[in-house]
Amino acid sequence: MTAPLEAVEPAATQAAGPAGDDRPARRGILRYALSKAGGALFSIAMVIVGTFFLFRLLPGDPVRALAQGRNMTPEQLDLERRKLGLDQPLINQFFDFVGDTLRFDFGMSYEYKRPVLDLIGDRIGATLLLAGVGLAVAVSLGIWQGMRAGWRHGSRFDKFSTGTSLVLWSVPTFWLGLLLLLVFGAYFKIFPSRGIQSVDAPDGFAYVLDVAHHMVLPVITLVGVVYAQYLLVMRSSLLDEVGQDYVTTARAKGLRDDDVRRRHAVPNALLPTVTLVFMRVGFVVGGAVTVETIFSWPGLGQLFYEAVRVPDFTLMQGTFMLITVAVIIMNTLADVVYHILDPRVRSA
Amino acid sequence: MTETEAPAETVATDRRTLLEARDLRVEFASRGRRARAVDGVNLAVGEGEIVALVGESGCGKTTLARTLLGLERPTAGTVHFDGEPLKYGSKALKNYRKQVQLVLQDPTGSLNPRHTVYEAVAEGPRIHGLPDEEEIVNSALSRAGLRPPERFLLRYPHELSGGQRQRVVIAGALALNPKVLIADEPVASLDASVRGEILALMLKLRDELGLSALVVTHDLGLAWNIADRVAVMYLGRIVESGPVEQVLTAPRHPYTQALLSVLPESPERVVLTGEPPDPTRIPGGCRFHARCQVLASGKAAEAGVDARCRGELLDILPASAGAQAACYYADATG
Ligand SMILES: Nc1ncnc2c1ncn2[C@@H]1O[C@H](COP(=O)(O)OP(=O)(O)OP(=O)(O)O)[C@@H](O)[C@H]1O
Ligand code: SF4
Ligand SMILES: [Mg+2]
Repeated sequence: MTAPLEAVEPAATQAAGPAGDDRPARRGILRYALSKAGGALFSIAMVIVGTFFLFRLLPGDPVRALAQGRNMTPEQLDLERRKLGLDQPLINQFFDFVGDTLRFDFGMSYEYKRPVLDLIGDRIGATLLLAGVGLAVAVSLGIWQGMRAGWRHGSRFDKFSTGTSLVLWSVPTFWLGLLLLLVFGAYFKIFPSRGIQSVDAPDGFAYVLDVAHHMVLPVITLVGVVYAQYLLVMRSSLLDEVGQDYVTTARAKGLRDDDVRRRHAVPNALLPTVTLVFMRVGFVVGGAVTVETIFSWPGLGQLFYEAVRVPDFTLMQGTFMLITVAVIIMNTLADVVYHILDPRVRSA
Repeated sequence: MTETEAPAETVATDRRTLLEARDLRVEFASRGRRARAVDGVNLAVGEGEIVALVGESGCGKTTLARTLLGLERPTAGTVHFDGEPLKYGSKALKNYRKQVQLVLQDPTGSLNPRHTVYEAVAEGPRIHGLPDEEEIVNSALSRAGLRPPERFLLRYPHELSGGQRQRVVIAGALALNPKVLIADEPVASLDASVRGEILALMLKLRDELGLSALVVTHDLGLAWNIADRVAVMYLGRIVESGPVEQVLTAPRHPYTQALLSVLPESPERVVLTGEPPDPTRIPGGCRFHARCQVLASGKAAEAGVDARCRGELLDILPASAGAQAACYYADATG
């Protein structure tokens, strides 16, 4: 039997016994998760309401945008308005809007003449791919480097890592992206500089490679601007842990340095870092939006950008709500995960 | 170096010496200067003996304790355990950990907040691959007064009171079945109401398990209550040591007298003047002379020792069990 299993064993007998100490804790988590979910639902409702008014206050006439410079008579414009329901009183428009939104009907794009939901469906994969890969790379690189830097606090590695990450952190996303694009895309031509795939995209595995090739520069840009926060938080929380008395106690019991790090310092330092990962998903999505426009990556960011340029109100509205709601959900998850991971806040 | 050979025979005591510091020195680099945190200490802890180490903040108590534990390497001098000099190879140190264990001041910080009581107490036995881990944990918890142990196994530190947490820390140390506990201010962060309980526990462990202890404290009342012997430390060195009744009722070193005079029972209060001690600037002569009330009042001059107080280095006290003080005036006046 392995050591960790033995540690679990008394748990089984305990839970069965009259004391059953862990039950209230678990119920606490559920209650906490439910209350957080309630809060999130409220925020989402506010987002829907807010979106409605925000997009009706924005300058620009959707119908004129639709006409796109074509000469239309006032009668024709009126007809278009009626078709879009814009002739209705605001209150009716509002209830229609809420009802549609709750049925995931975000309306038709003026520009593409297709349902917004379909457009989002077409594009969301590319964004998830970019943001997902970028996040995974940034988090693993940041945590690994932050861990080493914190453990060897003050070393050359520490100074180098902290220095580079801070420089990258302070560089604007579009600046870094353009630099990479110019150097590696335009000058050396090592990596493609736009799009997600080649015009004559191959099939099968070669297609995967082709997409991966296209992803290199966007992912590097995204990682460059977001990974510093993971590195710095991991580093400083590790430093906090290393100074704690329980680390001294473990050493005094004979625990080897490597094990002190593995069993105590790193797991505890990961807690704030993991929370940060969830909390800053919105930030990564924001970074991805910018990166998409630099590299013409066909994702939601670019879709939103195009929608703003037209301006295509329904499309803007739909992508805006989707991104905001996604961020709310991630932040709620972050809270709940933190709660599960940290026994100290569990009983609170 | 000859000094380090001597103490073994000078420990004239009925107890066998278990843990010993011989002419121990620990220096730190502190803003370009050398801080002599421990500056020549001889100190012995006998079998089943509780020794209190007292002294004001910054005098080097924690550094001495950490060095005795092998967590800090001495700049000079040696730590002896059971007559053998401590070796700093990883294997030798690991074995040493089973003999000498640590209890720190703040039990909240000493316990990993994400480990259960079971994991905290089982850590030592696991590191050393001891068989019957559960058995060990249960008995360590019972011995530390957490009964029945099953009630505590799955608790997290934050679910316990301060006193219970310190018992868990002590259980974690006991799980290795050590011969000596080094406790650095073990009750300073606890409520007054549970201090007595933890002290009683340490006395009980001594009586039942024959456990020795070095208790670091700046609380003389605590020393009085639990120690057999007390050593008073000033600026990196032991300035007075001996049986607790003798040192605390008839202190001979002016520094000890000053420490005791702040107790409420004391008839008159000695207020120490001069700069607070700084281990990067240890004065010549007697290291206490700039603040010494005996020297300042002219009593040292009457006894004709004032020149030596100011100019002549004192010998390092041996690790003797009897009462002794490093003071020219005390020597001159008997
Ligand atoms: N790692 C270190 N590096 C530099 N200086 C240190 C270090 N550890 C201790 N010192 C210095 O050594 C001196 C003695 O410190 P120590 O912690 O041993 O005192 P202490 O008697 O335990 O004090 P307290 O009662 O406040 O705990 C202090 O001046 C301190 O600043
Ligand atoms: S030796 Fe002199 S200065 Fe030092 S404590 Fe004794 S009387 Fe005071
Ligand atoms: Mg201390």
